[in-house]
Amino acid sequence: MKPAPFEYHAPTSLDEAVALMSTLDNAKAIAGGQSLVAMMNFRYAMPDHLIDLGNVAGLSGLHFDAQTLRIGSMTRQRELEFSAALANKVPLLKAALAHVGHRQTRNRGTLGGSLAHADPAAELPTVCLVLDAEIEIAGANGTRIVPMREFTAGFMTTALGYDEILLAVHIRPWREGHGYSFQEYARRHGDFAVAGAAVLLDANNDGVIERAAVALCGVTDRPIRRDEAEAALVGRHLDDSVIARAASLAGDVEATADIHADATYRRHLARVLTTRALHEASSRMKTRKRETV
Amino acid sequence: MGSKNFGARVTRFEDVALVSGKGQYVDDIHIAGTLHAAFLRSPHGHARIRSIDTSAAMRCEGVHAVLTAADLPERMRKQRMPLLLPNATMATLRTQHSLAVDEVCYVGQALAIVVADSRYLAEDALAAIEVDYEVLAAVSDVRAALADGAPRAHADLDSNVVSQFVMNYGDVEAAFASAPHVFREELWQHRGGGMAMETRGVLAQTNVTTDSLTLWSSTQTPHIARRMLAEVLDVDLESIRIIAPDVGGGFGPKAIFYPEDAVVAHASRALGRPVKFIEDRREHFLCATQERDQYWNVEIAVDNDGNILGVRGDMLHDTGAFVPWGIIMPYIAGATMPGPYVVPAYHLACTVAFTNKVATTPVRGAGRPQAVFAMERLMDRVAHELRLDPADLRRRNYIRPEQMPYSVGLIFRDGKPLIYDSGDYPRGHDAALKLAGYADFPARQAAAKANGRFIGIGVASYVEGTGLGPFEGVTVRILPDGRVRVTSGATSQGQGTRTTLAQIVADRVGCRIEDVAVTIGDTAGIANGVGAFASRLAVNAGSSASIAGDHVRVSILKLASRALGLPESEIDLEDGKAIGRGGNRPTISFGELSRAAQGMPGFSMDADHPVGLEHTAYFTPTQASYCSGTHVVEVEVDVGTGAIKILNYSVAHDCGNVINPMIVDGQVQGGVAHGIGNALLEWMQYDENAQPLTTTFADYLLPMATDVPICAIAHVETPSPLNPIGVKGAGEGGTIPAAAAIIAATENALSSFGVRFTETPLMPDRIVQALQRAGAYGKHVA
Amino acid sequence: MTTTHSISVNINGKTYTRDVEARMTLADFVRHEIGLTGTHLGCEHGVCGACTVLIDGRSARSCLTFAVQMNGRSLTTVEGLSVAGGLNPLQQAFQEHHGLQCGFCTSGILMSLTELLSDNPDPTEQEVRETLTGHLCRCTGYAGPVRAALATAEHLKSIKGAA
Repeated sequence: MKPAPFEYHAPTSLDEAVALMSTLDNAKAIAGGQSLVAMMNFRYAMPDHLIDLGNVAGLSGLHFDAQTLRIGSMTRQRELEFSAALANKVPLLKAALAHVGHRQTRNRGTLGGSLAHADPAAELPTVCLVLDAEIEIAGANGTRIVPMREFTAGFMTTALGYDEILLAVHIRPWREGHGYSFQEYARRHGDFAVAGAAVLLDANNDGVIERAAVALCGVTDRPIRRDEAEAALVGRHLDDSVIARAASLAGDVEATADIHADATYRRHLARVLTTRALHEASSRMKTRKRETV
Repeated sequence: MGSKNFGARVTRFEDVALVSGKGQYVDDIHIAGTLHAAFLRSPHGHARIRSIDTSAAMRCEGVHAVLTAADLPERMRKQRMPLLLPNATMATLRTQHSLAVDEVCYVGQALAIVVADSRYLAEDALAAIEVDYEVLAAVSDVRAALADGAPRAHADLDSNVVSQFVMNYGDVEAAFASAPHVFREELWQHRGGGMAMETRGVLAQTNVTTDSLTLWSSTQTPHIARRMLAEVLDVDLESIRIIAPDVGGGFGPKAIFYPEDAVVAHASRALGRPVKFIEDRREHFLCATQERDQYWNVEIAVDNDGNILGVRGDMLHDTGAFVPWGIIMPYIAGATMPGPYVVPAYHLACTVAFTNKVATTPVRGAGRPQAVFAMERLMDRVAHELRLDPADLRRRNYIRPEQMPYSVGLIFRDGKPLIYDSGDYPRGHDAALKLAGYADFPARQAAAKANGRFIGIGVASYVEGTGLGPFEGVTVRILPDGRVRVTSGATSQGQGTRTTLAQIVADRVGCRIEDVAVTIGDTAGIANGVGAFASRLAVNAGSSASIAGDHVRVSILKLASRALGLPESEIDLEDGKAIGRGGNRPTISFGELSRAAQGMPGFSMDADHPVGLEHTAYFTPTQASYCSGTHVVEVEVDVGTGAIKILNYSVAHDCGNVINPMIVDGQVQGGVAHGIGNALLEWMQYDENAQPLTTTFADYLLPMATDVPICAIAHVETPSPLNPIGVKGAGEGGTIPAAAAIIAATENALSSFGVRFTETPLMPDRIVQALQRAGAYGKHVA
Repeated sequence: MTTTHSISVNINGKTYTRDVEARMTLADFVRHEIGLTGTHLGCEHGVCGACTVLIDGRSARSCLTFAVQMNGRSLTTVEGLSVAGGLNPLQQAFQEHHGLQCGFCTSGILMSLTELLSDNPDPTEQEVRETLTGHLCRCTGYAGPVRAALATAEHLKSIKGAA
């Protein structure tokens, strides 16, 4: 299983990388390579040109300002996993990372690579979706911002043009003390999710849900937000029946059937995992009122 | 003479090189000038080959040769692989050609070989080969293979049926007619591949001057491979040497002789260059042999106390497109089903049928896991219906130790009557239950339930024929420097064969274990050999090592007696020296004795003076020796997702005398891991066109470190009376009852829902389906 | 079309300068260009872990990396673990606790455990097992490697304590 021949390019600046992507035919950017190189070894992917983003200046790192977090696309998953600031501000990301592959995967894999590859079961795109992240993209015509909802376009398809590079992910962290949970079912530790649910919750001082975000991975051809489930949570106190209803709405989707699971089972898992995620997020939620106790 | 090493926990000397990265697996062997091979493989489950155009491939960079069947010598082209284990019940003995001639019968079957400067370039050239296929209907599901009008797996055969045979004894009709209770189960059983971490590989080197071939091959059976290769290439047997170097796991599929190896050897001879073929993992998924589906339809007749009156049924076995090892597996399954129980009457009708998939041949357990699953599911059914404890039910049906040797009434795969040589099934049973805390389990289960957790326990027992013949020779030779050279046709793919043989020989001859140098797996090392499969080496090679060691000991004493001027009874052999008792303890080393055994040029030796200090022994077992054991497994089921977690795993294991408990425990633990894979994870899926769907490690799931707990293991030793060291085989016992015990435990965990399971592997979605049907998902699922 | 690149890589403390074709994987480079065959290929698609090496001290699958990407980098392979020609404590523990059978997956596991014990000198059994999920072993059922890893941690703590 040896890859087909290609020409290797190692640009050191973003301009150079964009120029290569725009001018070379059948060119592919390589980030961490954890998905791409496997596909190349199988010869499912046979780019004529490989543009290595690993030496491009300024593509990695976490930058916090007052309201947003900017994560460079080439930031290794490992760095995200061990960032104390991230654990504090966006704890959902750290919770999700525990399910992303294995140590070797996370040492090399990047946030941008996972988003660009857009595997329907991938955790990081799902987290970005539930956070309403904004994706910063660079191309020959400059940079643009795409909301995550529009970034995921279909089965392993994104809004990235063939000559564009994913630059960074912008996240607005939720209020400190928000509830979060990432619940995934995979056949073995670190496997692709058969299904997963990401939940963010926030409530007012009376415990009424003010904000809710629910997203699923692995259930359809891309990660999806469950607007109906969210609507069934906002304005309510969480109890078992509210949670059950929201979870039921969350799981009511046309689900994928493949060798690992059929559609019925995936829908079932979506409901079960959303239920668990809502319970866990709720238990983690610290309202301002609770905080002062 | 002591038995200092036999039975001791001796760490393996193989390990030093392996943990240092100095192992020599086939792909690590570097010979200057080696070319690299890749095979073009059929993308169709069944097709006629209209034409193959290799002209563009021949022009690719770095290509030295592109060969199809048409390019092979006529005899080699036409000859099919020799069939190792024919059986009179087989309607056809269909094996593969070296390269497909005009028909391909499974996805992955090889049609052409490219030999190039590198594997990268060889794969590039594969893409340039053009094949015109006429796609034919493929038969995929073995049940469909039997239907009227089914597509034929081989276009020229009238039927997909390979064999139909019956295993029976006693009057099963009478037993069932008069039985108070009869219970029936329909079982789907699937096992997957051995999936060693090292794929297959062969490096063929031709010596043009002597017209001889040396092959390094990742094989379990170098001597057999040598015979097969000589026949296929039509060359002198003695012109071929096959060496199994370090081999990264076998588990059965590497015991088969593959046509690719003959093609690679031929290419080396044709080009006069070394040629290396390292199978990649995708190829391994397509064309390394595996086990696969069996459909069992079985009934058990019992009296009101649950005593077994009879067992009968039928079984359908998917043999794939070819039968390189005959019908060994279904045969073993049929003979294994009665197991450790008194079964007064038995009748199993087996049908073996072709499908358009890769051949099935033994994988760790070799048909026994399926037989045990069938029998143990029936026993659990009886327990459930008659409201008996499943462990108690088994205990009352076991063959008693005083009934040994016990004649079951069948002929086993070794060609001999199936007679259990020794065993104490109740003792193993009790030991396993004790390890598992079985008596306390109901309380644990209730406590868990109160906390919303569903845990269950399952028990399964088995008997396993091991130590199969015909032989495995060992030469023990004292070298002039005093080291003890041990050579055998035995092989190792991780079993620690070299260390265990060293343990035996060191004790027999009286030397230090570190002075024993063991060479295995080389056809140049010993004239006759068989290899590793069927848990046979401890019995065969171990016994030969013991016998040869004893012979050498006799010669050492004889020579030492002469040298020291003392009677043999006054001499001890210790640490490689012959030491006289008493006085100043005169001593002579084995090395000196070895040199003395060479005599002196031109001088005559005394009449009974040993020539050379060596002996070769070929122990030939009269029949199999029978291991047994009981597994007790505790699981937890997540009723929301259907996920199963194994909480505890307890094993009682009887492999007769234990040579090295560390190695035996490792075999049991490793065998259990395979069993967990069989029960919960491993499924080779094909679609209705016989296209393999699980061809990567992401799709075909092997157990990981978070899936396999550390087993608690109790050793029961009922020595075999059939060999001089009283051992039985230990390689497969960990696997054989595992699926049965795990599925039983799962059913027990969910007993409050009344769900029952009749398949293995058991996937989480099937558990959820069953729970859904049982109305489990009212409103309480968390 | 392909490109060839001159790379300079430090492997186990020694620097190698070679010309490599772009598509040559790091695993093939280490095994066949440099001749360090202790790193093995079991799947070439990033699951079995047999090809695991340390890149700048961090575990990585060498089958999913191209040699050309390693220019200027520092690698450790299993051959780099030995201490003064002998076995290091982890390697010794593997022998002592039957942590290997066929040995094919072992090199990669040793590299991952080396990283783990360096980051986390007192891992729990669960942490060891989770590290091992980056690897497939078909022989041991993982008991031996787990025991060896925990024993090594104990040993290293005790000699550190004694120091």
